[in-house]
Amino acid sequence: MTPEFLIANITLFLLAIFLGFELITKVPATLHTPLMSGANAISGISIIGALIGSNVAYEGGSTALSGLLAFVAVVLAMINVVGGFAVTNRMLNMIAGKKRGGA
Amino acid sequence: MEDWISIGYLLSAALFIFGLKKLGHPRTAPFGNQLGAMGMLVAVVTTVVSMELAGNAQWELIIAGLVVGSLIGYWMAVKVEMTGMPELVAMFNGFGGAASALVALSEIQKYISNADLVPDGLELTVTMIAAGLSALVGWMTLTGSLLAMYKLKGGIEVFGKWIRTPTWGPSWLNPVKVLLLLSVFVMIFLSIEEPTNQNYLWGIIGVSCLLGIVLVLPIGGADMPVVVSLLNSLSGIAAAFTGFIIGNSVLIIAGSLVGASGLILTFIMCKAMNRTLLDVLFKSFGGDGEKQALTRTKVGSDPDEVAMMLDGAQKVIIVPGYGMAVSQCQHAVKEFADLMKEKFDTEIKYAIHPVAGRMPGHMNVLLAEANVPYEQLIEMDEINSEFPECDVALVIGANDTTNPAARSGEGPLAGMPIIDADAARTVVIIKRSLSVGYAGVDNDLFYMDKTMMLFGDGKAMMTGLNTAVKEI
Repeated sequence: MTPEFLIANITLFLLAIFLGFELITKVPATLHTPLMSGANAISGISIIGALIGSNVAYEGGSTALSGLLAFVAVVLAMINVVGGFAVTNRMLNMIAGKKRGGA
Repeated sequence: MEDWISIGYLLSAALFIFGLKKLGHPRTAPFGNQLGAMGMLVAVVTTVVSMELAGNAQWELIIAGLVVGSLIGYWMAVKVEMTGMPELVAMFNGFGGAASALVALSEIQKYISNADLVPDGLELTVTMIAAGLSALVGWMTLTGSLLAMYKLKGGIEVFGKWIRTPTWGPSWLNPVKVLLLLSVFVMIFLSIEEPTNQNYLWGIIGVSCLLGIVLVLPIGGADMPVVVSLLNSLSGIAAAFTGFIIGNSVLIIAGSLVGASGLILTFIMCKAMNRTLLDVLFKSFGGDGEKQALTRTKVGSDPDEVAMMLDGAQKVIIVPGYGMAVSQCQHAVKEFADLMKEKFDTEIKYAIHPVAGRMPGHMNVLLAEANVPYEQLIEMDEINSEFPECDVALVIGANDTTNPAARSGEGPLAGMPIIDADAARTVVIIKRSLSVGYAGVDNDLFYMDKTMMLFGDGKAMMTGLNTAVKEI
């Protein structure tokens, strides 16, 4: 890891935080729950880390424990991702379906 | 080849950004959710392809993990009742935090099992700090979210016995929280010196788990939406820290996006209670003093009386609160609205306080489930001006969010924006008793001359009221 790479990552981190603040400004109360659970599904992005980790575990003479941990991480992250998007979709259909159908 | 992988991650990050943006507007929200899911798919496919190209993918393990996780997640999401939504979101959130923390743990385990892998210099420092912070935030999110889940459920069944989830937070717990946090920082610092020392590793995990519990334990009632959205933000931050360990840009971007947007939601919730985040986390509502004793009494009404009063009402505003969620009477509420519309052509609206319920947007989700038209759900700031011209305000299991004491500028509720139900010509309140709400402040609204109290369970009272209205 070079210092440049670290600086680049920190830059990304800070810029993304600012972007996140700007992205969500005024959200109607109806969308608070879907927004929360949709964002929550996105936080399951650690699935990437889990996949890479479960793979790396076999490269460098690492232990089964390390691989097992990564495997559990894959399962948990996947529950978070799939469940999160599915539940958000269900909620939004309910809210949007109402609008089309009128009263 | 590296370039293609970077472009895949860039595309996925862009999809997350657009997805989140679209999630903030009612019309585009379903599309926003799909964009987010697509971003996730792109990220996973990119990763898997890059592993395949590197020629070292462990397919059995990866596919098994992906399939098992997807099936469990999908099954839970489809099976859950809308009323169980807050618990499920809290649980998913905890899993997300745990996944990030586990990746960090797996990475450190690698060093412990094989000291040759331990990096040196800057990389060691960055990895250990990021892994420590990821563990801190991730494990805290897991235990905090699980406790929050049981708080939302109200309790846990152990060997057939129902144990209520406690809310407990003496003031001496606050320095303990700070101490625990500091001790984690110290352990992270020490672990840089000795990256293979298991004691620091388990120490950080243990203390972080404990921290999540002591942070959520004192919180209850109207503070719950704040803590639920804060935990949501934390799970994003954990993913971002994990991104630093494995040097992956999409983890950093997506994680910090979620962290920031979750924090915004947290501040919206805090503002709705006129409390700062620090107050929520370190000062239990209503102070440490005894809850205000009840000295006044009020004679209860019965559904028939209320139905007679409702006869011919022009405009009724329904004010739902946590009580509606507990008794799950949203369908009876919708039936009531339909009855009134049918019989007297009454205009029905719903007044939604931002922190009503136990999760951001809780009331909206419940009412949407009961097929209440979206246009009838009006936010607090907009509807308050309509109360003076409304015949009846029907308050269902809401207390603090309607307490006029908030306007007085004194006591725990001072300055909290409230729903002006007291401005309606008549106020009907469905509530189990006259007891004080979470803030521990007696509610003057109950004792006003124009107020009719229906003492009882929300569902039973609404059903009774519906029967009575039908008979008019």
